[in-house]
Amino acid sequence: MFDFAQIVPYIPFILNGIKVTLQVTLLSVVLGFIWGSILALIKISNIRILKWLAVAYTSVFRGTPLILQLTFIYFATPQIFGYNISKFEAAVLTFTLNSGAYISETIRAGILAVDKGQWEAAKALGVPYRQMMIDIILPQALKNILPALVNETIALLKESALVSTIGLADIMQNANIVKGTIFRYFEPYLIAGALYYVMVMLLTWLAHGLERRLRRSD
Amino acid sequence: MIKIQNVSKSFGSLDVLHDISTEIGRGDVVAIIGPSGSGKSTLLRCINLLETPTKGSIFIDGDEITAPKADVMKIRQKIGMVFQHFYLFPHMTVLDNLTYAPVKVKGVSKEAAEAKARDLLARVGLSDKADVFPARLSGGQKQRVAIARSLAMEPEIMLFDEPTSALDPEMVKEVLEVMKGLADSGMTMAIVTHEMNFAREVADRICFLDGGRLVEEAPPAEFFTSPRSERAKQFLEKML
Repeated sequence: MFDFAQIVPYIPFILNGIKVTLQVTLLSVVLGFIWGSILALIKISNIRILKWLAVAYTSVFRGTPLILQLTFIYFATPQIFGYNISKFEAAVLTFTLNSGAYISETIRAGILAVDKGQWEAAKALGVPYRQMMIDIILPQALKNILPALVNETIALLKESALVSTIGLADIMQNANIVKGTIFRYFEPYLIAGALYYVMVMLLTWLAHGLERRLRRSD
Repeated sequence: MIKIQNVSKSFGSLDVLHDISTEIGRGDVVAIIGPSGSGKSTLLRCINLLETPTKGSIFIDGDEITAPKADVMKIRQKIGMVFQHFYLFPHMTVLDNLTYAPVKVKGVSKEAAEAKARDLLARVGLSDKADVFPARLSGGQKQRVAIARSLAMEPEIMLFDEPTSALDPEMVKEVLEVMKGLADSGMTMAIVTHEMNFAREVADRICFLDGGRLVEEAPPAEFFTSPRSERAKQFLEKML
C-alpha cells in the first residue's frame, strides 16, 4: 500500500518548496504587521475620511475569500495596470494586504487595552503623540497581543499553501508536481504535511521564548 | 504664577466645574479638598490641560495656556503630575522611567539624565531600586518613583492628584514625607488630597470645592478651626 522507496528521489524537490513557503510567509508577516500597524493607528486617529477608508478596507479583505483575492491580484493586475506581476510578487502582495487587515484589528484592540493612565502619564511629561505611541503605548500593546500575532503568523504559514493555485513553487505545489509525476497521493502529501507541521511547531517554540523575554518586566 | 480665571468645565450635559477663579503664587502649596465628585481632580487636570476647560482661561507666568495656539507639549514639560495610580511605565526599569522624558523630550544627554535620576532616587530613598521593574515595587515605592519621574523634568509646578489614596495605610507616610520635603524646598504645588492633617501641616492655603464651585479659600489655620461656609463645616465634621 505504501511505497516510500519511490518517493525518496523526489524528497529534495519537495524540500525545495520550504524556501518559497518561508519567504512568502515571513515577508507577508513583516509587511502585513507594518501595514496593519498603520491601519490600526489610522483607526484610532481622528481623521474621519482615512478612518472610514481603513474600516472599509478591513471589511472587504475580511469579507472575501483569500483564494479569490490571490487570483484577482495575480490575473487582474496585468489587465488593469499593464504590469506583468510575478507569482511571487502576487503572493506576497495578497498575503500582506490580507493579513494587514486582520492584524490591524488585533493591534487596535491591543492599543485600546493599554491603561488610559499610561497615555495621561506620557502626556503629562510632555511626550509628543508619535513618541508616546512608539515608546510607551505600542510596546505594552504588543506584549498583550503577542499570542494573537503568533496565531496570525501560523495561520498565514498554512494559508500560504494557496499560492500553489497560481503555480508558485512552494511546498504544496511541489508536492502536487511529484504527485503528477509518480501518480501517488499519499506519500508526497504526507511529507508536505509533516513539513508544515514541523515549521508550525518551530514557530510556536520561538514565540514562547519571545514571550518569556517580554514578560521579564512582570 | 498660575492664574485660573472663570474656569468652567462640563462633560456633555454634566457640569463639573462652575466659574472657578483663583491664583497660585510661586512657591505656594495649595491643598484642594472637598467631597468626592466635587470637581477637585478635574480642576487639577485643567492646569496641565489633560482636560480642556469649556469656558474661562488659565495663565501660567502670564501666558495663556488655554489659548487655541498654545504649545501644549511645552507647557506640560513645565508641570509635573503625580497620579493616584502612579502610572509608571511597566516595560521600563525605574531608571529608564526617570530618564525617558528628559532624554527623549527635552534632549538632555543620557549621562546627565542618569546622574540626575540617581540623585532624585537618592532623594526619595530608592537608590537601590534603579534597575528593577515597577512591578517589583510596593505602592509607596511606586509613588515615590512617580514623584521622582516628574521631578526629573525639572518642572516649575507639581500637581498631585490624590497621591496617597491608593496606598496601604503604612505606606502613606513615606510618600507624604517626600512631598513635605518638596514643599520645604520651595516647589509650587497643588495637591488634591483627603489627608486633612497633611493639608493642615504643609499647605499655605486650602481650596474647598463642593458641587463644582470653589466654596471657600483660606489658610489652613483659619479653615480648619473656623470655616465660614456651612458646607465646609459639615464636611470637616465628617472628616475630622
